[in-house]
Amino acid sequence: MEEKELQDELASIRSLMERSSKFISLSGLSGILAGVYALIGAGIAYMLIDNASANRYIFLNGVKTHVPLMVTNAPVFTRYIIDRSLVWELAGVAGAVLLASVITAFLLSSRQAKRKGQSMWGAVSRSLLFHMVVPLVTGGILTLIFLFRGYYSVVSPACLIFYGLALVSASNFTFGEVKYLGLLEIALGLIAACLPGFGLLFWALGFGVLHIIYGSMMYFKYDK
Amino acid sequence: MKISFDKLDKAFENRVRLQIMSVLAANERYDFNSLKDLLNITDGNLASHLKALEKEEYITVHKSFLGRKPNTNYEATDKGKKAFKDHLNTLEQFIKQQKSN
Repeated sequence: MEEKELQDELASIRSLMERSSKFISLSGLSGILAGVYALIGAGIAYMLIDNASANRYIFLNGVKTHVPLMVTNAPVFTRYIIDRSLVWELAGVAGAVLLASVITAFLLSSRQAKRKGQSMWGAVSRSLLFHMVVPLVTGGILTLIFLFRGYYSVVSPACLIFYGLALVSASNFTFGEVKYLGLLEIALGLIAACLPGFGLLFWALGFGVLHIIYGSMMYFKYDK
Repeated sequence: MKISFDKLDKAFENRVRLQIMSVLAANERYDFNSLKDLLNITDGNLASHLKALEKEEYITVHKSFLGRKPNTNYEATDKGKKAFKDHLNTLEQFIKQQKSN
């Protein structure tokens, strides 16, 4: 056996061990796009909240007073109105962002999988999906329950924390960097939980800015 | 010290068998169809190599049904894992030896 042959043999073993246990066809580009969708979504949400709160006045002791509208827990001393239809509009925006991100990730991954000779629906992608879906669906259902019960301030932290947990648990089946993104999302969610009223800001940071940073890093490292 | 090629495991002489062991070393279990897709070989070819590894007691077979479809999973035995590791070590020593020459 020649040295070249030996090296090839070892290289093929290494590549097989990686390809068989890790889904390496995630595309950095889909991370960047998911971040962009999230920022657009956050912008729309901000405008919806702004519009809804623009024309709210009550008469306090005969004086026309503007009542700020909050979708999050406001301190008790602030008078606030929670507008149910606004809450569902915001949930719709979040749902649209999620759907667009998932479709993008799927399309770009299947393109990448073709390029890397990895099957899109194999043992690895199934494990990846399973480990991702369990925390994600749990968090999604919990968030909806809280929405129905009117605990709006937990929505943004819960989304971030459960998404972070999903990434950490899925990270064993793909690039290791996913784990760090997950930990950052969890940290951000916990901070958001301490600062009610800034839910939208943290949501935009976690789903928008972090995705764009992470996606670009992955794009330059693996997509090329 | 000269290492002879006899030290290499005969069961891994065939490339497909070595590839199968690589996959089973990195994963707890792997099913037949995923293995087939990954290695890009035919049913018959894969089955015959799996049979050979099974005969060496390097892998074990778990048969079950997913609905009505049979689902066959393979797992490396301790003996198989050790043989794979030894084989890699030997390959590594060959490379070292050739570099020092």
